[in-house]
Amino acid sequence: MSVDFAVDRQAWRHLADAQVNVELDTGDMILNLGPQHPATHGTLRLVVRLDGERVVSADPVIGYMHRGYEKLTEFRTYPQVTTLINRIDWLSSFANEVPFMHGAELLMGIEAPPRAQYIRTILTELSRIATFMLFLGEMGLQVGALTPPFYGFRDREHVLNLIEAATGGRFHPNFNRIGGLKDDLPWGWVNECRNTMKVVFDACNILEELVAENEIFGARTRSIGIIPPEVGTGYGVSGSNLRASGVDWDLRRDGKPYLVYPELDFKVWTHPDGDSYARYWVRLQETREAARMVVQMLDRIPTGPIMAKVPRIIKVPEGEVWVETENPLGQMAYYVISKGATGPFRVKIRSASFSNVSILPWLLRGVYVPDVITILGSLYFILGDIDR
Amino acid sequence: MTELALDVGWGTILAIKTVVVLAIIPLGAIILGYTFLLKMMAHMQSRLGPMDPGGFHGWFQLFGDGIKFIQKEDVMPAKSDRRIFAIAPAVVVISTFLVFLVLPTGPDLVVSDLDVGVFYALAVSSLSVVGVLMAGWASANKFALLGALRAAAQLIAYELPLLLAVVGVVVMAGTMSLQGIVEQQQNGAIFGWDGIGNPFVFAQIIGFVLFLVAAQAELTQTPFDMPVAESELVAGYMVEYTGFRFLFFFIGEFGTAFAFAALAATLFLGGWAIPFVTDPGWSNVLGPIVLITKIMLVAFLMFWVRFTYPRLREDQLQAVAWKFLIPIGLANILITGALKVAF
Repeated sequence: MSVDFAVDRQAWRHLADAQVNVELDTGDMILNLGPQHPATHGTLRLVVRLDGERVVSADPVIGYMHRGYEKLTEFRTYPQVTTLINRIDWLSSFANEVPFMHGAELLMGIEAPPRAQYIRTILTELSRIATFMLFLGEMGLQVGALTPPFYGFRDREHVLNLIEAATGGRFHPNFNRIGGLKDDLPWGWVNECRNTMKVVFDACNILEELVAENEIFGARTRSIGIIPPEVGTGYGVSGSNLRASGVDWDLRRDGKPYLVYPELDFKVWTHPDGDSYARYWVRLQETREAARMVVQMLDRIPTGPIMAKVPRIIKVPEGEVWVETENPLGQMAYYVISKGATGPFRVKIRSASFSNVSILPWLLRGVYVPDVITILGSLYFILGDIDR
Repeated sequence: MTELALDVGWGTILAIKTVVVLAIIPLGAIILGYTFLLKMMAHMQSRLGPMDPGGFHGWFQLFGDGIKFIQKEDVMPAKSDRRIFAIAPAVVVISTFLVFLVLPTGPDLVVSDLDVGVFYALAVSSLSVVGVLMAGWASANKFALLGALRAAAQLIAYELPLLLAVVGVVVMAGTMSLQGIVEQQQNGAIFGWDGIGNPFVFAQIIGFVLFLVAAQAELTQTPFDMPVAESELVAGYMVEYTGFRFLFFFIGEFGTAFAFAALAATLFLGGWAIPFVTDPGWSNVLGPIVLITKIMLVAFLMFWVRFTYPRLREDQLQAVAWKFLIPIGLANILITGALKVAF
């Protein structure tokens, strides 16, 4: 009886609301968030239909930064492709290079020497730290705190300096070669890296105190933008976003073995809540875990060559390969088809942010405008990674 | 002080007073903007930019900013309500100017010692919301409109805790004149010890904290800066303003911060009153300096919070005001009144 009553009242209230809406003519307001909005990290456009400050519907409009990389790769040789894929997720360029090079190596049947594998893994983890460091600070800015982003940028600088010292490029290293690496590490780099990891741990502690443990940050992010695990997997959300929903899935551990991850001892962090706070927390822990992994690898980095024997002109034999890796933003994969030429016949790029953003229309329904910003920030996408 | 008074007409005195008040706001805004926005913020956030221009400690940064604003083109959106768009920044700044009319800086250094000084100061300071609403509406921009509506809702909610916080002081002092409140604090005594007078901050510590929190909301500073929320509403009602008009908002922002810090210093920290100095002549000379010192102390607190905390959401802000601050303010008045009657 009581259930019937509740349902009736609900229906009645709905009817009354409709009545008021007709009488007052409260039309929805359509607000264009972006393409030049600071919270969209670039040129994502979000067409938001608002009822007051509540979101009725939100449609992401993408493509403002489309550069046609999949097509462009068909007109490049394999070594030239790294220049392009560097610019997909520009914050962790090195991590983008690895799966493609790995795929080409698989097709050619060669393997990079152990030292090169170690250096690749270290640099991948360093770019993960650099990417997350920016996120950990920037998330403060999304909820209005001005100070954390400066700390994030400041401490990321140390990591970027390391990457620059090793590769020569801060953002676009272009350092991988098929069968190895361009150069060996410079003298003294390993010690420098150890010291920097201490800075990273300190920075994580500072940001945890300043942002994650702040009551207002908690009030703004807890139980906001909850992604249930089954919805997340359904939309193809991956990486830290999915692990924050409690899905214990990390390609470094669960995928096909690549680089030296099988030899490393690391924990995959998950959080049961699936809200914006959980995504922040998981990334915070993963930054620390990445720093721990770097320290582990620095202890056991082998000596030896950094290039395998490869022919002068690289021709990849006919075949197809699917390589996927755990990038900072999530699952990054390349499907490479080779017809035996110097360049790939077709490359399909599966970038993490594209799938992560596809959940936005589902996720943003019914939230307030300020929460739109925190959800966008906590999903952490890079426009180049969406549009390619 | 009568022997010092020159034989001048009321017109001259009015002119002098006007000039002084007109000079105080930009000066206060510059001092606060310089010390806190540029230097303290630069130190707290390890910013390199504001520490660089001009060589020593980046002293030229503020002038550089000013020059930049004046050089900018004055852009008006095509669909804007042009006249209201142009007036709005002035309304915001004028409301700040009006507060300083009743602010005493010494026993004789006050433009106009109104009997209802506190009432007047709080009333005119909330006029600025009219300017904000005008700016938001006239900009013909959705972000600006949302920002202005938020500002209006917020200022209505936080006017009440602000008033309640001040009522405690008024009850203790038994007067609404700011000059009278300062004299009460100077002549008071803490349990019979009258060394430093009786600044109301000790008895009214709850009122002081309430006042600072509510002032933070009135100033639209973090954690209550939803009206300008640069990461979601870009810059709220200011989004369409450029150049000199934006500079007006900027001066208004820091001028209002200065005004509220001055009110807090006057109401709770004893204003121009100097510990161990009771001679009015000395008070007239040192009063302004002492007041400025106290203002800086209060402003430091306010800006420290501004640079540290994230922003609440609009509904959370309303909840804080109505469920938390206002009940505490009412309880504070009740206790103060009861103690006043008892002793």
